[in-house]
Amino acid sequence: MNKPLLETRRLRKNFGALVATDTVDFSVHAGETHAVIGPNGAGKTTFIKQLSGELRPDAGQIHFAGEDITRLAWPKRSHRGLARSFQITSIYRDFSALDNVALAVQAHAGHSFRFWHPARADEALTGPAFQFLRQVNLHERANTLAAELSHGEQRQLEIAMVLATRPRLMLLDEPVAGMGTDESQRMIEFLGSLRGNTTMVLVEHDMDAVFTLADRISVLVYGRIIATGTPAEIRANAEVRAAYLGEDL
Amino acid sequence: MNSRNWITIALLLLLAAVPPLAAWLDQPFYLDLLRRVMIFAIAAISLNLILGYGGMVSFGHAAYLGIGAYAVGVLGYYGIYNGWLQWGVAIGASALVALAIGSVSVRTSGIYFIMITLAFTQMLYYLGISIEEYGGDDGMRLKVRSQFSGLIDLNDPTAFYYLVLVLLALTLLLVHRLVNSRFGLALQAARSNEARTRAIGLAPYPYRLAAFTIAGAICGLAGALLVNHTAYLTPDFMNWTRSGELMFMVILGGIATASGPLLGAAAFLLLEDLLQGWSVLPKWVTEHWQLYLGVILVLAVLYAKRGLAGLLPGKNE
Repeated sequence: MNKPLLETRRLRKNFGALVATDTVDFSVHAGETHAVIGPNGAGKTTFIKQLSGELRPDAGQIHFAGEDITRLAWPKRSHRGLARSFQITSIYRDFSALDNVALAVQAHAGHSFRFWHPARADEALTGPAFQFLRQVNLHERANTLAAELSHGEQRQLEIAMVLATRPRLMLLDEPVAGMGTDESQRMIEFLGSLRGNTTMVLVEHDMDAVFTLADRISVLVYGRIIATGTPAEIRANAEVRAAYLGEDL
Repeated sequence: MNSRNWITIALLLLLAAVPPLAAWLDQPFYLDLLRRVMIFAIAAISLNLILGYGGMVSFGHAAYLGIGAYAVGVLGYYGIYNGWLQWGVAIGASALVALAIGSVSVRTSGIYFIMITLAFTQMLYYLGISIEEYGGDDGMRLKVRSQFSGLIDLNDPTAFYYLVLVLLALTLLLVHRLVNSRFGLALQAARSNEARTRAIGLAPYPYRLAAFTIAGAICGLAGALLVNHTAYLTPDFMNWTRSGELMFMVILGGIATASGPLLGAAAFLLLEDLLQGWSVLPKWVTEHWQLYLGVILVLAVLYAKRGLAGLLPGKNE
């Protein structure tokens, strides 16, 4: 197999005495959807935060596209092609849906030290932004204030913002969390439609989503990866079943 | 152009009608009062850029009123009356000091930002008090108003009034363009959701620092105008209560609105004047006018949550 797009080597993060990330070796290949599952408090979000750059690991390395990015600041990782959605929806609530996505386009269209021309009349920003909204089927709500969108629509909007940064790898932290059955079904279908064209790290509690979407699954328990493998391998793994204490996999 | 912009333009036209009205009523005092309102409006608009649009609650914005005023006063003290130079120094020095203070304080947020901006301004205030050469605590008189190669005479109240009005209009236009540009949207994005802004690849610091510097420069101009208006220079221009008044004007008028700071400055200064000197009011009001001003301001903040601009018709920006 080729060199992985993203790779962590012996990654470690402590919060006081708590080892949140314990010597994690993890890899994602280009085009792959790699799910990270684990019980509550296993350190999934802490792990994602180190990949995105919100948290600095205490030890170990993160390599992305052949470059050591362990010390690279969060916004710079976005420019290398790492994009992130949050467990709790993170959007600009006081801006319109179109503004939200246009800002993500703007962040990747050179510097923003442009003081005079109205950004909202700039086709170079609003044109692509509208296309990304259309891609997540939210274009009819373009001029709605983000705060007034439904929960599901807000999750869609966040995905549109992630796409607008034209990422090489998307870090999705529980994209279907808090969604109704229909909404989450549609989101899973949408993410499925992106498979192959994009690379995803998917942290998810929803096992439907995980087993539908993932090419490989890693199981994180108390900060350690106890198993990595195809969905079938993980389903059959005795240690994983023990960690989930008989939960249906 | 939305209805809110038309309100701002209507307010400017109203202000343009004041000099002939004051002359007709034989009340030159109104010219003086409204010139003061407009000068503080310029300062409040600059504060609104960082407080309203940038989410940076600066409790030290009077520093730049002071620096602008001292630039004019000190150059005048040494016999340099050239207004182009004086005002250029006022704007430039304010921008430089804002850049220096901002480079430290913009790294902080919340209560730390409030305290650090207050601390820097108090340093400048005590510096002003300590320099005996320029009058120390008492300040000093501005012997000659800024001179503009004979183009405009600031000793002519009407000419000075219209100059301030034009500068107010230019400031409103500048800030309007700024907040709707890519720069302004990046600034507002960082205020709205900092984590999301970093995640999409925008580091807020340079944009916040630039906004802080621009706001300082504009307020420096207001300081140069203020010292020409009062013809007197005092460290009180930089007092922390002055910073508080500027904040109040912005909040009362409506943060992150175009016309808010102008409405806020007008309401604050006109109320202050009215409660102090209106002969219709009983003595127990005029003698304790601050108390009644306080009550009105508390009610205004409680009942007009989006400020005075929020009471106006039209879509919120």
